[in-house]
Formats: sequence, structure tokens, C-alpha cells
Amino acid sequence: MTLWNAIAVGLKEIWAHKFRSLLTMLGIVLGVSSLVTMSAMVQGMENGAREALVAVGGLEKIRVEAQSVPVEQRHLRDFATGVTLDDVRALEFSAPDISKVSPELRFDRPPTLAAGGKTHRTWMTAGVWPIQMQLMEHVIEHGRMFSDLDNELARNVCVIGTGIRDELFGKPEDTGEPVNPVGRTLTINGYPFTIVGMFTHYESEQDRKVREARLREQAAALAAGKTNAASGARRDRGWGGGGGRRGNFAFWIKNNTVYVPLNTMWMKMKSGESNAPAVPKLSSMEIKLRDSGRINEALTQVRNVLMVTHRGIEDFSFRTQEDRAEEIDTFIRNARVSGGLIAGISLLVGGIGIMNIMLASISERIREIGIRKAVGAGDGSVFIQIVIESTVIAVVGGLMGLATSFAFIRLISFLTPTDNAPVVTAGSMSLAFGASAAIGILAGLLPAFRAARMNVIQALRYD
Amino acid sequence: MALLELRNVSKIYHLGGEEIRALDDVSLDIGAGEFVSIIGPSGSGKSTLMHILGCLDTPSHGTVTLDGIQVEKASASELARVRNRKIGFVFQFFNLLPKLNVVQNVELPMIYAGVSGSQRREQALQALEMVELGNRLKNRPSQLSGGQQQRVAIARALVNNPRIIFADEPTGNLDTHTGEVILALFRRLSQEGRTVILVTHNPEIAAVTPRRIEIRNGRIAEKVDARLAGLDRLAASATPAAAVAGA
Ligand SMILES: Nc1ncnc2c1ncn2[C@@H]1O[C@H](COP(=O)(O)OP(=O)(O)OP(=O)(O)O)[C@@H](O)[C@H]1O
Ligand SMILES: [Mg+2]
Repeated sequence: MTLWNAIAVGLKEIWAHKFRSLLTMLGIVLGVSSLVTMSAMVQGMENGAREALVAVGGLEKIRVEAQSVPVEQRHLRDFATGVTLDDVRALEFSAPDISKVSPELRFDRPPTLAAGGKTHRTWMTAGVWPIQMQLMEHVIEHGRMFSDLDNELARNVCVIGTGIRDELFGKPEDTGEPVNPVGRTLTINGYPFTIVGMFTHYESEQDRKVREARLREQAAALAAGKTNAASGARRDRGWGGGGGRRGNFAFWIKNNTVYVPLNTMWMKMKSGESNAPAVPKLSSMEIKLRDSGRINEALTQVRNVLMVTHRGIEDFSFRTQEDRAEEIDTFIRNARVSGGLIAGISLLVGGIGIMNIMLASISERIREIGIRKAVGAGDGSVFIQIVIESTVIAVVGGLMGLATSFAFIRLISFLTPTDNAPVVTAGSMSLAFGASAAIGILAGLLPAFRAARMNVIQALRYD
Repeated sequence: MALLELRNVSKIYHLGGEEIRALDDVSLDIGAGEFVSIIGPSGSGKSTLMHILGCLDTPSHGTVTLDGIQVEKASASELARVRNRKIGFVFQFFNLLPKLNVVQNVELPMIYAGVSGSQRREQALQALEMVELGNRLKNRPSQLSGGQQQRVAIARALVNNPRIIFADEPTGNLDTHTGEVILALFRRLSQEGRTVILVTHNPEIAAVTPRRIEIRNGRIAEKVDARLAGLDRLAASATPAAAVAGA
């Protein structure tokens, strides 16, 4: 009996019991489609997370944060200096593995930004050196970054992200024309600042595609002469959305940045606070490494330098993007394992269903098996025929599952739009398909064994 | 050596401590080309004997030799091969596969013989022509009359060109006229040189064969009807002892 014959017999059996076969396949269909859907969604999340990681400076960026003196050094806390500009200078001169370092001084509470009667509060307001722009991979769209001179002279200038522009000066999407805030004034906690530059709009690949698609739609609607050009946008629920936080969180943070010169921040806004120290105490330092491959050496170097300037008091901590990358890995792994478990259980249930239906099928076909054996089918041929039939059921179910998974993904994207579009990979599809085929074979083994072992004469007499 | 040799064959069933001797110390030779009927009352062991002769079953005791093959020692797959290549079966209840059409049913033994698709079709058509059913190829068994179904079964039994044809009550489910048509077919097969073994409880049917093996309670009481035997058949189909002596 050739393989093709056996497959044809299997397909005929399925067709002869359409409804029953469909019910049997349901488990496999759900298992395969949930496996593919789950892995597509996790893949989307992973892509989004990795994109965000690059957006905040990539693996070669580390951050030194001021922290309180550790418990075992509590008795030395009066000697603790905190993170200061001395540390920045020392690192610039004594740590060859780092290429850039920028101090950062933030408010204790989110400051109030105001312009033209509108106000907005954001954590992401910081006094920095101009070099911070390169460290954080910012790109200027309008105007310029403030200069070292602005910093020296503690000028009241600032550079803002598009999120701030949207809040205080209006969105270009709403007004229908570009909004360039350069040259205008905003106040930070009441102090007036001149906006000298604005960063470009940061967004994930996904957001960019969606936005461009909507722009095209609007343009098409306009070209068609429709009066309400906004209707196209409103129909598109979810991604499109009104205000508020949207898009990947990392991009949202980046768009809501406000930078002022460090000196301005210190002299005009912080030194007046009642508990202000004599020298500026920094909130943190951003450090860029020369080589992300030497991250451990660089960390040791930075630590050694800082231990000298801090006289052995460890009132600082490191936050590397590697931690973050690891967090992403762990999260993705967990999501994979739990999703895979659910899909696996439903595949298992599907497999049991197939085994059940094959057992029913062979007891309905005892006479057929007897006849086949009488005309010369060996035990092996009978065994293979049953295994192939159950594999065919599983494989057809698997193919239907693959088709269904695309519908699932559309449905889920529609119900709960995420920032990270699901990404269907060939790997997950072949894994799911392979799993369904393997389950078909496994589920067929017991029924096939029983059929092969049947006694010819008893089977022929059966009715 | 005869085509089929049974020596001291017994088939014993155990039913709740009771011993049923379906066959009891049977010795028997059937030569190539013989036309034989196995006759006896119901429950006498005819079917059991046919199953053992046809390699569908193995004896509890004794030896069976078919065309030089030691049946009681052969494995299940070897027996399947023997049934496939050397034996054709025709059953009382036709035993066609209801989901396959006429040609597919006839092709079935060739599938297990590994015959290629086109050759299968060709041989199946030849066999169906022979039983005069060349015009009903695409019909399902349920769309045919009993006699037609039995002719399909005969075509299936013939299609691998076996040396021996077994028929267990082939006319049992047919009316007299149709039964005669089927019997005429078996006679023709015998004239073509095949070994044909007919199982029946009906003496009128047994009367068409030159040699009759009569069974009672699992034991043999053979009779030969010389009137119907051809001259050359007579020599070949004497008593078992004579056949052994002749070989
Ligand atoms: N599987 C079995 N288990 C127990 N006894 C059996 C079995 N098969 C056959 N027998 C017994 O063996 C004896 C012979 O049975 P067999 O079927 O050979 O008779 P038969 O001559 O073909 O009868 P019929 O003309 O009714 O078909 C009977 O008594 C039957 O009950
Ligand atoms: Mg019988």
C-alpha cells in the first residue's frame, strides 16, 4: 500500500464523517492557532521592547544614580558627598572605557510647565549638559540644542520633545499644519524659558506605519473632495486614538523630555531650595561606553573611579541597559512558556480527541479490517493505514489552525489594540504545524496497534 | 507433493472449561487443479477447515503445507503474503468494502501486492470483464444485486492470479438461478486450471464437483463422485492415501 493511497483513504474517511472529523479537529485547530497567535503576540512585544531599548541609548549606555548610603556605612553618612560634577570630571579623565558622560539634575517633584494658559506636569524635566543629546540619541527637528555657552551663562533656554509641544502649543494633527514652538516661551515652575529647539517625534516602527497610513487615507479623502477629512481617522479606533499616552512607553517618555542647561537648573531653580547643598548634587549621570562588549570592564572602571571620589562610600548605584535587556528576556521567556503551556494543553486535548475518534473508527470498521487482512494486508499495512488516518486528521486540523490564527490575530488586534503589532514568524508556524503532525502520529499509535492485532477470522465474522 | 497437505490437524476451542474440537485429527491432500467441495451439516467444521487451508487460521495441532510453505510455522505477515499472492477468497456475505466502488474493491488485493496504479486498473478491468461486470465499474456494492456483488467478489479473488480459490457458501445468499450462474463461473475457473475449493452444506451444489470431502463433527468421511469427474481428474482426486502414494 503506497503512502499516497493511505493518505487518500484517510482523507476519504474524514470526508465521510465531515461533522465528526470537524469536531475532532477542533482541539488541534485551537491548539495550533493559539500557539501561533501567542507566539506572534510575544514576538511583537519583544520587537517593541528591543526597539525601545535602542531608543533609550542601546546596550552601551549606563546610568549612575545617587542613592542613600548603604546600611553598613551609615556611620559615614556625614562624609557622603553624593554624585557631583567632580565625579563627572573624574570619569572624563580617568575612565578610558567610557566615551561620554553627562550630568543630570532633576526636580524632586514634577515641575509645572505652562505656556499660553495651558499647563502640563512632567517628570522628564532635567538640567543637563549639551552632550546629553548624543547620549540619549536625541535628534533635533527645529532649532538647536543649547550650547556650552548657554550652560556657562546659565541662560533660561530649553529644548523640548514633541509631547510637550502637543500639550502646550497644540498638535499638528489637530491644527492641520506644522507647529514650530522654537522662539516661544514657556515657564517651568514660574520661571520663563525660551525654547531654542525641539526634538523630532520618536515612535515605534508600528506607530509610524499606522500614522503614515492614516495620513495617506486623509490625503485620499481630501483628494476625493470629502468635506469632513477627519472621518477617516475617527473610524480607526484604538491605534489612532485621541490624546493621552499612546505608543510605546519608552517613546512616550522620550517625547516628553524637557532639557535645560545644568547651570540654569542649579543656579536659578535648585540652589534656592531650603535644603540645597553648597555644591550641586546631581540626580544621576548618563554614561556612554566605547564598546558594549567591554561592559564589565567599564563598569569596574567607573566604580573604581567613583570609589576614590566618594572616599569609599557607596552612595551611588548602576543601572545598565543590560539589566533591562535581561528583564526583557525573562519576560519574553515567561510569556512564551505560559502561552506555550496553554497551547500545549489544548494540543494534548486535541490529541486525546483524535485517539478517541480513531478508537471509535476502528471498532466501526472491524469487518473492513478483517476483509483487508483476508485479501493480504499485513499487520504493518493496517497499522500504517490507521496512523496515517489519524495524522491526516491532525494535519488538516493543523492547517485549519494556521488559517484560524490569522483571523485570531486580527480579532485580538481589533479588540485590544496594542503598541506592538503581533508578528507571525515562520518558525512558530512550522513549530505548531510540526506539533500537530506529531500529535496525530502519537494519537494514532494505540488505535493502530489494536487494529493491527485484530484476529482475521473474528474480524470477518464481526457484525 | 500435493499443493495442500494437512497432517493430523486439530483445531480446539476452549469455552468455559469445555473443549470444542472443531477439527479432530484431519489428514488431507488436495492436488493442484482439483475442483473440490467440502460438505457437511452446520457446525461440522467446514469453515474451520477452509480457514486453516486458506491460511486465515492456524491449527492447534498438526501440520499444514501449502505450495511447500509450512503454514503453522509462518508468521502473521508471511501468512498475509501467502493469502495475497496464492489465495483468493469468496464469502457467503460477499464481504466487499461498502465505501469503495466496484473497481476499487477489485483493486484492493493488488494494493497490498504493491502493483502500480495503472497496472492495477488494467488487471481489475480484465477480472471484471471476465465476470461480465465491465459496465458497472463506478457503482458502490450497495447499488448491485446479490449475484453481481458475488461476481465482484470473485473478480477480487481472481485479480492477483492466485493458484487456489476458496469459496465459503458462495451461493448461500443467492436465489437458485443466480447461484447456478456463480457455480458455472467456478466451474470455468477450474477448467482454466485453478484449484477451486467450495464449502457448502448443500449436496446439490457439492454434486457439481468431481471430489467431495465430507465432514462430520470435525472428522473426514470422503466420497468421490466418479460420474462427474473427468478422466484425468479421477487419478488426481482419489483417496488421500492414494494421492500420497501417487506423489
Ligand atoms: N471462535 C470459536 N470459539 C469457539 N468455538 C468455535 C469458534 N469457531 C468455531 N467454533 C465451533 O467449531 C465448530 C465448527 O464451526 P464451523 O464454523 O467450522 O462450522 P461450519 O461447518 O462452517 O458450520 P456452518 O455450516 O453453520 O457454517 C462449531 O461447533 C463452532 O461452534
Ligand atoms: Mg461455516
